[in-house]
Amino acid sequence: MEARAVTLKVNGRRHVMALPPNVTLLHALRDLGYTDVKNGCEKGDCGACAVLLDGVAVNSCLVLAWQAEGAEITTNAGLGSGNQPHPLQEAFADSGAVQCGYCTPGFIIAAQSLLAQNPHPTEEEIRQAISGNLCRCTGYSHIVAAIQMAAEKLATGQGDQR
Amino acid sequence: MLPEFDLWVPKTLSEALDMLAQSPAPVTPVAGGTSLIPDLRVGRQRPAVLMDISRLAELRGIRREDGYLVVGAGTRIAELLTHPLIAQHADVLRQAAAVFANPLVRNRATIGGNLADAAPCADTAPPLIVLGGEVALTSRAGTRYVPVEKFMVDVRKTVRRPDELLTAVRWPLPATDSAAAFYKFGLRRADAIAVLSVAVMLTMGSDGRCREARIALGSVAPTPVRAPAAEELLRGQAPSSDLIAEAARLAAEAARPIDDIRGTAAYRRRVLGVVTRRLLTSVAGQLSKG
Repeated sequence: MEARAVTLKVNGRRHVMALPPNVTLLHALRDLGYTDVKNGCEKGDCGACAVLLDGVAVNSCLVLAWQAEGAEITTNAGLGSGNQPHPLQEAFADSGAVQCGYCTPGFIIAAQSLLAQNPHPTEEEIRQAISGNLCRCTGYSHIVAAIQMAAEKLATGQGDQR
Repeated sequence: MLPEFDLWVPKTLSEALDMLAQSPAPVTPVAGGTSLIPDLRVGRQRPAVLMDISRLAELRGIRREDGYLVVGAGTRIAELLTHPLIAQHADVLRQAAAVFANPLVRNRATIGGNLADAAPCADTAPPLIVLGGEVALTSRAGTRYVPVEKFMVDVRKTVRRPDELLTAVRWPLPATDSAAAFYKFGLRRADAIAVLSVAVMLTMGSDGRCREARIALGSVAPTPVRAPAAEELLRGQAPSSDLIAEAARLAAEAARPIDDIRGTAAYRRRVLGVVTRRLLTSVAGQLSKG
């Protein structure tokens, strides 16, 4: 088992890391400083580590870093910043959808993936879309409301569409 | 931290088949990794060599070919939910994809991986079995096709030889006078592992009798299984409610369930009969409406 240089493109930045094959994308990202990607269950049940991989929301704990070589990786921090939050991030903050916050980045990635495909989801569709994300504070109602709020903002052009 | 392994990364299918043919040790292909990576972490599988097939373009795509629908083994479960050919020719498979794990896993897990993993609870297996599905096993020597129900031979054991790769799944385009349905019985509405699952498919003649009947059961035996006695009872008969009730009873008898954390064997057999009866009733109803 030998390490090799792997190029990872994260939030528009290129990184070259020496990685052995048994490192998951989750750990590679956290080692690069992308600590908005959270380590939860490491088996695909909780969604805390979700990122967009070439635009598709996946659990980074189930991807080997070598498999992500050259792909466009987007974490929650890549969607917006404190100064220029993404409408989803703003809606989560405004509607009390953030409690301890550990699950929030993963929920926002799952929600972003939903809204990219379906800009006007029903409540049931929202609940389906976040069914791979767990909130141990159990604040699901506010999370659903935040996603509805963001969808409305984006639809009426109030949000900064990215 | 995952245990140590080597990871081979072929760029083409041809290169992947060469690697399999030339490797002295068994090679474990990995695509979505949604089952394999958790298994590695807990030591349930300990392969020395993995081969990444997640980016092989030859394994992608859904197409019609020579009277078959052909789905590349690397097709992700989420793609089954939205592809028009699946909606048109295999809605029963779409129904299974819709309740497969959770959306983040569906975006990564592949149809080939679900079958090659050979878990008794593989969600795509019962629908593929009633569709008459076969897996394509490709090696340097060519491709052979094996029915899905013969591909899995025991819990997590398949007939794939070390030099072969599961490259596609195919099934004959279903007759227009057929209908099928799937139901997964889980302990929660999302991210559930099947307590049991059932797929049924009926093909009806113009005389209102079943020309063909297929019933496949998941999570109630070491592999997904057919219910041959129940199918035989339905063939050539009009599916009355009495006949369906008897077929459902026979289907429950075909199961060899175990007691486990998700349910007891007796519970599984009981629910299996109910689910099979409901599915047969629904499918027969769809067909009688034309």
